[in-house]
Amino acid sequence: MNTRALPLYATIAIFLLAYLLAWTQFPNILSTRVLGNLLTDNAYLGIVAVGMTLVILSGGIDLSVGSVIAFSGVFIAVVLRDTGLHPLVVFALLLLLTTAFGAGMGFLIDRLAMPAFIVTLAGMFLARGAAYMLSIQSVPIQHPFFQTLQGAYYLMPGKGRLTLIGVLMLLVVALGMVIAHRTRFGASVYALGGGEQTARLMGVRQGRTTVLVYAFSGAMAGLSGIVFSVYTGSGYSLATVGTELTAIAAVVIGGTLLSGGAGYVLGTLVGVLTMGLIQTYIVFDGSLSSWWTKIVIGLLLLVFILLQKGLLKLSGSRLARGAA
Amino acid sequence: MTLLTRIAPQLIALAALIALVSVFFPGFLAVEFSGGRLVGPVIDVLKRSAPVALLSVGMTLVIATRGIDLSVGAIMAICGASAALAISSGLGLAPALLIALAAGALAGLWNGVLVAVVGIQPFVATLILMTMGRGVAQLITEGRILTFTDAGFGWLGSGVLLGMPVPTWIWVVTAAAVALVVRRTALGLLIEAVGVNRRASALAGVNATVLLIAVYVASGLCAALAGIVETADIRGADANNAGLWLELDAILAVVIGGNSLLGGRFSIIASILGALIIQTIGTGILLAGFPSEYNLVIKAGLVLIILILQSPRIAAEWSLWRDSHRVEPRQRSRI
Amino acid sequence: MLLSIRSLTKAFPGTRALDDVDFDVAAGEVHALLGENGAGKSTLIKCLTGAYQRDAGTIALDGARIDPRSTSQAQELGIGTVYQEVNLLPNLTVAQNLMFGREPRRFGLVDSRRTRVVAQAMLQQYGLDINVDRDLGTYSVAIQQIVAIARAVSLSGKVLILDEPTASLDRREVEMVFDVVRDLRDRGLGIVFVSHFLDQVFELTDRVTILRNGRKIVTETTSNLNRMSLIEHMLGRALEDAVSETHDHGKAAAPRMLQFDGIGRAGVIDPFDMTVGQGEVVGLAGLLGSGRTETAEMLFGLRQSQGGQARDVDGPLDLRNPRAAIGAGFGFAPEDRKTDGIVADLSVRQNIILGLQARRGWARPVPRAEQNRLADDYIRKLDIRTSDREKPIGELSGGNQQKAVLARWLAMNPRFLILDEPTRGIDVGAHAEILRLIEDLTAQGMSVLVISSEIDELVAVADRVIVLRDRRHVAELTGAEVTGDRIMRAIADEAAA
Repeated sequence: MNTRALPLYATIAIFLLAYLLAWTQFPNILSTRVLGNLLTDNAYLGIVAVGMTLVILSGGIDLSVGSVIAFSGVFIAVVLRDTGLHPLVVFALLLLLTTAFGAGMGFLIDRLAMPAFIVTLAGMFLARGAAYMLSIQSVPIQHPFFQTLQGAYYLMPGKGRLTLIGVLMLLVVALGMVIAHRTRFGASVYALGGGEQTARLMGVRQGRTTVLVYAFSGAMAGLSGIVFSVYTGSGYSLATVGTELTAIAAVVIGGTLLSGGAGYVLGTLVGVLTMGLIQTYIVFDGSLSSWWTKIVIGLLLLVFILLQKGLLKLSGSRLARGAA
Repeated sequence: MTLLTRIAPQLIALAALIALVSVFFPGFLAVEFSGGRLVGPVIDVLKRSAPVALLSVGMTLVIATRGIDLSVGAIMAICGASAALAISSGLGLAPALLIALAAGALAGLWNGVLVAVVGIQPFVATLILMTMGRGVAQLITEGRILTFTDAGFGWLGSGVLLGMPVPTWIWVVTAAAVALVVRRTALGLLIEAVGVNRRASALAGVNATVLLIAVYVASGLCAALAGIVETADIRGADANNAGLWLELDAILAVVIGGNSLLGGRFSIIASILGALIIQTIGTGILLAGFPSEYNLVIKAGLVLIILILQSPRIAAEWSLWRDSHRVEPRQRSRI
Repeated sequence: MLLSIRSLTKAFPGTRALDDVDFDVAAGEVHALLGENGAGKSTLIKCLTGAYQRDAGTIALDGARIDPRSTSQAQELGIGTVYQEVNLLPNLTVAQNLMFGREPRRFGLVDSRRTRVVAQAMLQQYGLDINVDRDLGTYSVAIQQIVAIARAVSLSGKVLILDEPTASLDRREVEMVFDVVRDLRDRGLGIVFVSHFLDQVFELTDRVTILRNGRKIVTETTSNLNRMSLIEHMLGRALEDAVSETHDHGKAAAPRMLQFDGIGRAGVIDPFDMTVGQGEVVGLAGLLGSGRTETAEMLFGLRQSQGGQARDVDGPLDLRNPRAAIGAGFGFAPEDRKTDGIVADLSVRQNIILGLQARRGWARPVPRAEQNRLADDYIRKLDIRTSDREKPIGELSGGNQQKAVLARWLAMNPRFLILDEPTRGIDVGAHAEILRLIEDLTAQGMSVLVISSEIDELVAVADRVIVLRDRRHVAELTGAEVTGDRIMRAIADEAAA
């Protein structure tokens, strides 16, 4: 068996086991209603996590996504409030903006040869600051098109709602899988994460790949911002603080190596659902406070990082033995 | 290199900034003595820069080891919450402060062990606490804003000693003490050696593991002090907003201070000047009548500019360009 | 001639890595390129693959002059390279590695089925029938090496450079790779084979070229050479002038100070016993990869020994880690001073006192006046060329950096100093100074372990020489036995087995 897929299997097992445990306590949790909500509530997270998956696979990190989501919401709300543009035009403008923003960060990371986390940390503050400049207050979105978007769902058997944004998230995951596993660009991303020097020797265009990866992450953060604005019906500059960590956690829990080069986009979906399940459980329980979510996710992330370190050590010593 | 030439760029930048602010707000440098205390915009800057100045002291040490501590804001929230909880449950000032400092040291120990022993990259290790820490702080305050009325504690945030605000004294004394300790002992040298080349230092017998842990503990303690000052100032612990975004300010202060993010030689005084520059910008924006929302964007822009200046690749290209444009090529001694 | 190199010259600041080197490879030939570290092998290869730009000389392929500017350009011209490591990506599948950058596509997407089929067919040419959908990293190094060869050949197809391809293979795996190489030779490729395993050179290659200190020493048909002459050419010493007895090898009776029993680690170095007398210089001789450096790292606690015991006259010694070894009075100046020795941004003074300071602990700083005195003292004594003691050590030349690292240990006054290639990359004058210094130190009672590829050097300073081969201590020469002739015979002896 491939040791690299072990964390993924572990995640799937943990997810199913957790679901089973939650089900014995709250039988209601196994219903299309809860499943539908799981997808809807975590749609924005799933989308941004797909972008993060590619960034992490390439050996980088993008700390700016939480701020970009907040900026997107405020941008949409303010532009809709102050102009007569159709939301679809605004969405297109926004995606252009966030993609360019991501590409700019990728360009700086490559050109400056500086660590990705510090460049994207600056990006995190820049995007958050830009959101502040647009509006400090929460701006409601009242465009009728938004009500259409919010009301678009398919009623599953058992009265569960499969919403538009939930479906969009699943489509983005599928898109991410195609890009990561079925394109030359995807292969270059894995190659960079496996080792920059070797990747260059094999003909990877490092600069281009880096720019594209962060541009993709920026685009996904923008799309996630759109979904989040549909979900909340407003734009707020203090929203989604710390979402970058939740996204990173989803990616890592989904079996992607934090050091890059190995992982699966599908795993990220399982990671997102696992965290959604934690949140759902806390809501069902009622006596647990919401801050436990942050603590549990932080701990889960730590556990998976340690698990990865252990696995790496294991395969490393096996290789060393083979090499001796 | 003498201290003065080392910090000259920061001094010049600060002076220029003060001049610029004075153009927009002529009374910036005016200081009055009234009611037993000094009053004026400059004094305000000296007071308000306390959290960032304190954080930047610890952050300087962490960055000198080629690390980073993203969790300082969250640690501030934890320590502020611990202190507020202790004081409002009637424990008295000294125990409350001790509890807060112990919480900061513990948080630093957690970071240090993850970095030095487990071997997790510093930004990842401290990112875990950055988010988890807010949850822990909320756990302590149970999601409320914990207020208190203890006058002694409040004095730490808004009191006056010898005409100057108490927070100013706290950061001045902390910075001076730490700067003195690292330079009068061999700590500074050992930290720099580990930051430049951990392997060679370990081969020379430097206990890099313990040193790294100690540096993160120091950063945790500085964050605890910052958390105490901020909590005391607003007489309440707000787990959501205490220390929010201050990790960037601290990192920014360190890089404005001319310390390299790639580790090595450091100057605490220069970082402190960096913190003063940041606060002068913040206060200046307010005084000049711009909305404070501009603050984050300006700071992020500053970080990017300094990153470009610090980049090893840009430096290499710049020196190539300069050499090729020089009339008589100089023999370069560096290999 | 398929590949023809004339008067290739490449200089780096301070050294001339390649000096007027000629080198030819014929089609259907395996040509060995030999030399110790720093002989210029890798510089020659890098000039060929476009990683370095040569300063002078010509390269011709199929009679046409070429000037490769990058690895990929060299590949397009027909020159492919397989390195010992940094080769392919273990995290991609075998098929992805083989087809990287030229995957067959359908509707713009990678057609994984056809990728797989093409990859499978490609490997079958090499007699390899494996599941190409598994990660490359899950296969043995030999199979990875063959996959790398398959990729390089399919991309280039004229000249194949194999840079230490067998360094981490066992006997059976080496045979697998050799079969592939012979097959490629018979298909008319020109193959450059770099290796430090002499028996493999005799087994596989048609001709041999030996480099030393950036110069070509000889090109000869392999069957015309024997093991002894090969080593002579590589190590640069004719047996006739074996008598350069500047040194009295009579200290073998020195009082025993340290004793190591059964120190070793599986896959690193076989367990060995060793004694060191007070004021004695013990030399470690052997070819590259024979386990010299590993022995030193074991003794200094950089690698953990599996079992075994170190002791001095007072009892067992703790060599758990470098700090413990330093506590036992050991010192170690490593071979790679850039990564393991100097702390580049710190000054010469700080580098010199670093070890002393680390031992004293952070709370007891070495007073500044004392630091200055120590630094000035060693700058003068070791003739460290620096404008002043506050200059960052990274700005000094290699030899002076080495002397400063040496000064760091001398300032700590160890009783047992390990020097790994102390004179590598150092100019001739400094070379002699360092050897004289070793003599002075031992006269004061310090014991020294010297690792060197230069036999002359060992003969000049060592009282006793331990010879290593294939990660084993194979011989020990004492007193009058310490001659260049004997050392070389011990290195060569039985290596054919």
